Amino acid sequence: MAEAPVLLEMRSITKEFPGVKALEDVSLVVHADEIHAICGENGAGKSTLMKVLSGVYPYGTYSGDIVYEGATCRFGDIRASEAKGIVIIHQELALIPELSITENIFLGNEPGRGGVIDWKQANRRVVGLLEQVGLHEDPDTQIKNIGVGKQQLVEIAKAINKKVKLLILDEPTAALNESDSMHLLDLIRGFKSQGISSIMISHKLNEIEQVADSITILRDGRTIETLDVKANGVNEDRIIKGMVGRDLGSRFPERTPEIGEVFFEVKDWTVQHPITSERLVCKGSSFEVRRGEIVGFAGLMGAGRTELAMSLFGHSYGVFVSGHVRKDGHEIKMRSVSEAIDHGLAYVSEDRKALGLNLLDDVKRSTVSAKLTKISKRSVVNETLEHKFADEYRTSLRIKTPTVDDGVSTLSGGNQQKVVLAKWMFTDPDLLILDEPTRGIDVGAKYEIYGIIQRLAEQGKGVIVISSELPELIGLCDRIYTVFEGAITNDIAKADADPETLMKSMTSAKKKS
Amino acid sequence: MSGIKSSSRSMFGANARQFGMILSLAAIILFFEIWTDGLTLNSGNLIALVSQYSYILILAIGMVMVIIAGHIDLSVGSVAAFTGIVVAKAMANGHLAWPLAIVLGLLIGVLVGAWQGFWVAYVGVPAFIVTLAGMMLFRGANQFIGDSDTLPVPHGFTVIGAGYLPEKGPDTGYNNLTLLLGLVMVVAVVWREIRARRTRIELGAVASPVIVSVLRVAVLAAVIIFAAFRFATGRVGTSFPVSGIILVALVLLYSFITQKTVYGRHIYAVGGNGHAAELSGVKRQRINFLVMMNMSVLAALAGMIYVARAAASGPQDGLNWELDAIAAVFIGGAAVAGGVGTVMGSIVGGLVMAVLNNGLQLQGVGSDRVQMIKGLVLLLAVAVDVWNKRQGKPSLTALMMRQFRGDPDTPKPAASPEPAKVPAA
Repeated sequence: MAEAPVLLEMRSITKEFPGVKALEDVSLVVHADEIHAICGENGAGKSTLMKVLSGVYPYGTYSGDIVYEGATCRFGDIRASEAKGIVIIHQELALIPELSITENIFLGNEPGRGGVIDWKQANRRVVGLLEQVGLHEDPDTQIKNIGVGKQQLVEIAKAINKKVKLLILDEPTAALNESDSMHLLDLIRGFKSQGISSIMISHKLNEIEQVADSITILRDGRTIETLDVKANGVNEDRIIKGMVGRDLGSRFPERTPEIGEVFFEVKDWTVQHPITSERLVCKGSSFEVRRGEIVGFAGLMGAGRTELAMSLFGHSYGVFVSGHVRKDGHEIKMRSVSEAIDHGLAYVSEDRKALGLNLLDDVKRSTVSAKLTKISKRSVVNETLEHKFADEYRTSLRIKTPTVDDGVSTLSGGNQQKVVLAKWMFTDPDLLILDEPTRGIDVGAKYEIYGIIQRLAEQGKGVIVISSELPELIGLCDRIYTVFEGAITNDIAKADADPETLMKSMTSAKKKS
Repeated sequence: MSGIKSSSRSMFGANARQFGMILSLAAIILFFEIWTDGLTLNSGNLIALVSQYSYILILAIGMVMVIIAGHIDLSVGSVAAFTGIVVAKAMANGHLAWPLAIVLGLLIGVLVGAWQGFWVAYVGVPAFIVTLAGMMLFRGANQFIGDSDTLPVPHGFTVIGAGYLPEKGPDTGYNNLTLLLGLVMVVAVVWREIRARRTRIELGAVASPVIVSVLRVAVLAAVIIFAAFRFATGRVGTSFPVSGIILVALVLLYSFITQKTVYGRHIYAVGGNGHAAELSGVKRQRINFLVMMNMSVLAALAGMIYVARAAASGPQDGLNWELDAIAAVFIGGAAVAGGVGTVMGSIVGGLVMAVLNNGLQLQGVGSDRVQMIKGLVLLLAVAVDVWNKRQGKPSLTALMMRQFRGDPDTPKPAASPEPAKVPAA
C-alpha cells in the first residue's frame, strides 16, 4: 500500500493537570485520507489528546509539537483549529434543541454581514450539506424533534460547512442504534475520497475493526502502539490486549449456572406511550425468570426493552393498561417504585448520570439511598451502619475510591456503575433488572461487572440484562428474549444463541420460529 | 500553606466552604467591632441584633430546604404579613387567647403551605410562579383583612418577639438563665465532639488528632461563653431574647432533620437528581409538597414574631423578607440548581448580612448605601464560591459544564492509574 502523505503529526505531547500527568510523551501520526482510531480505557487520555489538538487546551498549557499540513501549529482556541479545518464533534452533542437544523448548522458561523444573517444563503447552502450527509429532513425541523442519529448527522453537516479536513469524532456511535451507526460509519468512510480524514474515539471495537485504517492505542497517558489494520490483521482481541496490557483469557468469567424454579412471571404486560395513547410500547409481553438465571433482553434501540423494565418497576414509564406479575406463585402489584423495591425488584437504569445517581452525593449516601429504612430507626439514619455497609460494598465490589466519603462525581464511569450496583444490591432484591450495565465503561471494569452479575445469580437471584451488545448477551446470559416493536418475539436458549439468530428475531415480528 | 488549610479544615469538620464562611463572618464582626469602637459586640447591640434578625434567619431555615429541593419561595414576606393580620384580628375582634392565636397562626401557615405545595408538587407549576402569585395574593389578603391599617396586639402575645429570658434564681448580677443556657450549649458541644470521635474510631476511620478536637471545642466553648456573658449583662430586664431561643431550637431541629433523617436525605435527593430519586423510591411529589408547606409554616411563625416585636400588625410587614432570606441562603453556599446547601451555612450567611446591616447602621451609613453594599456582598460571596469551585473541585457548575464539553476522559486523581485488575478466570 502506497504511503499517503502525513496530514497531522503530534510529537511528544505532555499535558499535566494539578497532581496528574494526563499525557506523557504521546505521539500520533495521521495520514491523509485515512480513518485513524484512538483506543484506550477510560482515563487513558484520549479525550485530553483531542482537546490539545483542537485547541481546547491552548498552546502553552502542554508541551510538544503539533505539525499539521507540514506547518507547526499553535492553536490558542477552538476557532484557531477550526480555521485550519480541524473540527471536533463531542460525544454529548452541542446542538440547541429549540433551534432548527439550519439554525444549528450555521450557529457561530452565520453567513451574512455586520451581524445580519443572510438566511437566503443559509437556506440554499443547507440543502447541499444535508444531501452530503444523507439526512432527509426538512431543514426547518427543530433539533429536539429528530433522533440522536440524525442529530449526529447535523453535527457532521455543521463540520462540513466549516470546511473540515480533519474530523474528530468522540464516541460517535455510543448513543446510536445499529442502522444509524452503519450509516454514520459509511459516511465517514466516504469522506476519505473527498479529502476528509477522521480521527475516531470509540469503545466499540468491532466498529473500529471495520472502518479504521490505523489504530493508535493509549494507556495511562502514553502511546502504546500504532497498528496498521490492513497490514497486521488486527482483530478485537488484539486491540484489547494493547489497551489492557495483556491478553484477556476470556471476556467473560467462567460460570456453571445453577438454575432453580421459575419465581417471577409476567403475563400479557401492556403499556401505553405516556403521550400518544394510541401507541403501545409493550404489547402483551409475557416472560419468566428462574432463580439463579441470567436472562437477556435483546432488541434494537426503541424496541421497548427499557420501557418494559421501567413500567414493571413501579409503573415508572408510560400508562399501564393491563397485565399480571406473579412472584413466588403470588400475584403482586407494584404501582410505585417503593412498592417494587419492597417486592424485591431492583432496576439499574441505562442512563447512569440522569437516572442512576445523584452526582452531588458521596459514595456512602448513594449506596444506601434506595433503602434508607434498612439503616434507620424512626426515620433517623444510623450513620455508623451507613458507613459500614458502604465500606463493605466498596471492598466486595472493588470500587476504586479512597474513602466512601468521596463524591461519586470523582469516580470513573466503571466505578460509578459499581456504586449503582451496590445501591441496588443493598436493597436485597430477588430480581435485578440491569439496563445496559456496561455502557460507556472500559474493558477491565466490564469484566468485573460481569463477575458481579454472575455472583448475584449464584446467590439465587434472578437477573435480567438488557443490552444492545449482542456478544455481551450471548456471553453472559442463560436465555435471551428478543424484543421487536414492543413485543417479545423469541425465547432463545444459550446454546442456540448466535448473532444471526438474535438479529433475525430482533428485526421481525414473526413469533417463535 | 496547604498544611494549615487542611488542619484548619479538620478543625471545623464541615467542608471548606462553610469554614470560609465562618471565617468571613468572624472577620466582618471583628472589623465592625474595631470600627465602631466596641459597639458591635456590646450587650445591648447583640441583643438587638438577635431580636431584629431572628425572623429573617427563621425564614432562611425554610428557604434553604426549598432551595435544596430545587425550588424558590417568593411569597414568605406576604405569607408572614397575612398570618400576622389574621392573628392580630383574631385576638382583637375574636378575643382569642394569645397562646391559641399562635396555634391559629401556625395553622394558617399549614393551610397556605398546602395551597402552594399543591400547585408546585401535584400540578407541576414552577414554584417561582406559584409563590410569585402567592406574594401578590397574600399581600393583598393582608391589606384586605386589615383595611390597610395597623392593628395592635395584646401585651401577652409580644413575648415571642419582644420577650427575654426572665430573671430567676439568686442575684448574681447576671441573667442566670442565659448563663445556664450557655453552659448547656458548652456541655452539648463537648458531648457531641466526644461522640463524633467515638463513631469515627468505631468505623475504623482516622479521627483527627486529639489536639484538634480539644482546640475546636475550646474555640466553640469560648465563643459561647463570651456570648452568654454578653447576653447576661444587658440592660435590666433584657437578656437573651425569646425569639433567639426559638431560632436556636429551630436551627438544631432542622439541622437534625436535614442531616440525619430519611426525610432530609430525600430533600437532597430530589434537588440533586429528581428522576434518580424517583427511581430509588423517593416520593418526589410528597417531598416537594412538604418542603413548600414547611416554608409557609416557618413564614407564619416569623410573621408572628415580627408582629409581637412591633406590638402591631401592619400592611407593610414582611416587605422584601424573601429577598433577605434568599440572599442568606446563597451567601451560605446553596446552589441555584438545587441539591446543595445546609441550614448552618444559611444561618451563617444570614448573620453575615445581619452584622453588615447592623454595623453600617451603627456607623450612621444611610439605608441607601447599606442596600448597595449588601447587594455587592451577595454578588461577591457567590462569585468567590463559583471561582473556588472552578479550581478543580467537583461542583455543580463543573458538572453542568462537563455536559457541554463532553469529556469522560478528564483525568481525575481519584481514578487509579493502573489498568483494572482482572481476576484470574
